[in-house]
Amino acid sequence: MIQAQQVTYTYPAEEGREAKDALRAVTLTVERGSFVAVLGHNGSGKSTLAKHFNAVLLPAGGRVLVDGMDTADSAVTLEIRRRVGMVFQNPDNQIVANVVEEDAAFAPENLGVPTEEIRRRVDDALAAVGLSDLRRHAPHLLSGGQKQRLAIAGVIAMEPECIVLDEATAMLDPAGRRDVLETVHELNRRRGITVVLITHHMDEAIRADRVVVMNEGAVAMDGTPSEVFAQVDTLHSLGLAAPDTVELLYGLKQDGLALTPDALEVDACADAIASALARKEI
Amino acid sequence: MLKDITLGQYFPGDTPVHRLDPRAKILCVVLYIVALFCAKWVISYALMALVLCVCVLFSRVPFRAMSRGLRPVYIIVLFTAVMNLFFTAGTPVSDLPVLRHITVEGAYTAGFMALRVILLIMGTFLLTYTTSPIALTDALDSLLSPLKKLRFPVHELTLMMSLALRFIPTLIEETDKIISAQKARGADFESGGLIRRAKALLPVLVPLFVSAFRRADELATAMECRCYHGGEGRTALHVLRFAAADGVAIAAFAVLTAAMIVLRNLGW
Repeated sequence: MIQAQQVTYTYPAEEGREAKDALRAVTLTVERGSFVAVLGHNGSGKSTLAKHFNAVLLPAGGRVLVDGMDTADSAVTLEIRRRVGMVFQNPDNQIVANVVEEDAAFAPENLGVPTEEIRRRVDDALAAVGLSDLRRHAPHLLSGGQKQRLAIAGVIAMEPECIVLDEATAMLDPAGRRDVLETVHELNRRRGITVVLITHHMDEAIRADRVVVMNEGAVAMDGTPSEVFAQVDTLHSLGLAAPDTVELLYGLKQDGLALTPDALEVDACADAIASALARKEI
Repeated sequence: MLKDITLGQYFPGDTPVHRLDPRAKILCVVLYIVALFCAKWVISYALMALVLCVCVLFSRVPFRAMSRGLRPVYIIVLFTAVMNLFFTAGTPVSDLPVLRHITVEGAYTAGFMALRVILLIMGTFLLTYTTSPIALTDALDSLLSPLKKLRFPVHELTLMMSLALRFIPTLIEETDKIISAQKARGADFESGGLIRRAKALLPVLVPLFVSAFRRADELATAMECRCYHGGEGRTALHVLRFAAADGVAIAAFAVLTAAMIVLRNLGW
């Protein structure tokens, strides 16, 4: 789906600040239909990388291919943006219209889709994110989670192959976060839409197919959630914490309990502690 | 404190007035204004007031809401009326000290003037009460589209209008937040004279502008990500279509305007 090949990017020097290498030769392939979580602390380059996936930023070195199309080729920019939709952090700053359904219609209108087809796509997209009942509402009256789901609907109406969420849950309350994540997983499972989830919440990455950890503009770790989160020491050295369950098991292991810190679900974590305690008593 | 400001005074509804094509409504209001300025004497004013009342009844907008819309202009109406009352040349009402300055002609002019302003404002308010801001911008887009041939940026203009409407509530919320933040740090917005209070607002405006620019930047990126590339080749979810009722409404107002011109020449 998306191939980044040796991508480098440098933010231009600003007053009183030196030019900073945001990406250093990043090579990464996102498989079609997969759910990839990209983690990293602030300034690790994860958002910069995401913005390369739909030609918002163009690589200074290397190249990015979307279904074989080079993002640097301005003739295919629109098609790339249609295939790879993007949802940003601040829900208020990406809603264009005064009515929910008008906003969902914005992208197909731009693409010149005929009116009846727009109607179908808007209805479909709003149903997919569970906002059909609010179609006539004013967006500023929605909650944060609802606004972010509307932003997702606006992207789905383009009928994309991939959705990139650039810290889309960072400004939401726990309930809103859960709703948005649920919606995204649903889209990935039901419609086979590729998802790239940029986040700094470890627990959001647990259900991903693959976890990529960025550090200092390069890929530091790459693997399934259980592979990546088992390497607690490495995560700590990158300034990141593992999910709570792993951190708990890790702490208990440090205190001398015989267990492996690899449980990502609460139940599995409880089982691991119980059996470790049982073994200790024997 | 700022939340009380109601913007977009649209009264949702499904009446014949609401259902009219917004372009037809704009044209009707333009004709209505022309007719209003042709009105000269009691009969024509009575006719205009009747027309407005019929439209308001059809729209089912409560009369209280209509008069509430007048509140900000009462002072202007009163002022122009008083001015006309005293400064119109003609025969004085009587010889008593104050009344000597009031002329019969002045009284008529003052009354008609006030009535004209009130009818004008109520008529235009009826348009915004029964038409959503989006429909209005769509209608402007369509009505102004002949200007595209003259390279007038019609699409850009209407997009700017609808984005401005979209962000008004967001920016009001933001202003509220900034004011609270400044108050929490001891800023005083409520005491002092006008100049002092205006000065106190400066620390609110600066962060508001900075944030508005940041928002604009993010919004532009988000729009580009949703394939926005100017007005070329855009389609629309809601397409405006003229129906028979729209033709009837425009024709009715055209007749009204013509009638007013005739009445004016008759001196009625």
